[in-house]
Amino acid sequence: MELPQRVHVRTTINGQAQEFLVPPYMSLLDTIREIAGLTGTKEGCLDGNCGACTVSIDGRIVDSCLVLGAEVDGKSITTVEGLATAKGLHPLQQAFLEEAALQCGICTPGFLVAAKGLLDNEPDPSEERIRHWLAGNLCRCTGYDKIVRAVQKAATASH
Amino acid sequence: MHPFAYIAPKTVEEAVAVLNKHGDRARPIAGGTDLLVQARGGRFDLDAVVDIKKIPELESIKNGASGLEFGAAVPCYQLYENKKLAAEYPGIMDAASLIGGIQIQSRAGLGGNLCNATPSGDGIGPLIVHYGTAVIAGPGGRRELAVEKFCTGPGRNALKKGELLVSLKFPKPSATFGAAYERFIPRNEMDIAVAGVAVSVELSADKKTIKKARVALASVAPTPVLAEAAGAALIGKSADDEAAINAAGAAAAKAAKPITDMRGTIEQRKHLVEVLTKRMIRKAVERARS
Repeated sequence: MELPQRVHVRTTINGQAQEFLVPPYMSLLDTIREIAGLTGTKEGCLDGNCGACTVSIDGRIVDSCLVLGAEVDGKSITTVEGLATAKGLHPLQQAFLEEAALQCGICTPGFLVAAKGLLDNEPDPSEERIRHWLAGNLCRCTGYDKIVRAVQKAATASH
Repeated sequence: MHPFAYIAPKTVEEAVAVLNKHGDRARPIAGGTDLLVQARGGRFDLDAVVDIKKIPELESIKNGASGLEFGAAVPCYQLYENKKLAAEYPGIMDAASLIGGIQIQSRAGLGGNLCNATPSGDGIGPLIVHYGTAVIAGPGGRRELAVEKFCTGPGRNALKKGELLVSLKFPKPSATFGAAYERFIPRNEMDIAVAGVAVSVELSADKKTIKKARVALASVAPTPVLAEAAGAALIGKSADDEAAINAAGAAAAKAAKPITDMRGTIEQRKHLVEVLTKRMIRKAVERARS
């Protein structure tokens, strides 16, 4: 069978210009992991329920399993690898460590990117707002309280 | 998943030509939050997906004196973050802000929710109670269809070969209009409605009497239901008339034809419809008065 033609995509990932040919049916999640080689973003449910694959596109968080790589031409993407700088961890990453907001770690990149999406726009969210915002991210280890506390701590730390 | 091509037309005419050529082997992609899950699940084999987000008309929101029109690809967040739109079209705001989580709302829109035509679609009842009209483009030109006639069965809609939903449009609500949508789910967020009810009312100028009313139901029939008898039970009645509100609730429960499945039983769903209808009438009235 003849496979459909690859799509030429020019995008920015974590501030770096990237250019690649992507199979038109490949998800953004696989594009980021297999083509860009950034394996921090995790595959969880592969149907938009768990948020493990959360990345941001032009500042909006999305489930990258429900986006095609071909759709991000001209867009700017942030993955978990884009959070830390040469100076050190992002305040959210530091707070997750201090509050023990992770156990197995599979959900953590998604939670970090999602929480960054909140704090970038709302630096001082209420606990209710944090819980509502993170409803699209599932964690089966922590029971969520530690994650919520870590986000609150990071919000306070960045004031 | 069947390997498909990616086509991103710039105009409605190009999109219609591609859809017409491929028939049911091609589907439009807006948010992709249903389409990609279904394609992966083997519900259909596609030769092409048609990305409609490069077509300006499908991405635009026009909210003016004569009413509201938004493109079929507009994602939920652009509706509820638009303060003027959210205030004027409260039922639409309710739907846009409770579908999925934040990640889903970044991509999914009410146009896709309508086309997906699932009985539990949270967006469809609110479109109906806001007197929505679907603008459809096809090989033969454009046509319009009332939203309540758009869904024809579970996962089936009125679009014919080569047709594309272009936009949804709504008359401008009067100053005494109010609407609300709520669903019952066992969780707080991120779930599929066991039952959902949308209500709109238009009150008299003194805000005491109900002049117009619509009640629409989700997840209790093969398609979303416009419960006409429930709306009719309110017309001409005082907006505080508990007997009329109870009668509307009973009429809505009667219009519900649910099934028993893993989410709920027939009895539970009918009960939920009655309770939610009464609540949504009160909420719509409260919003109409504020």
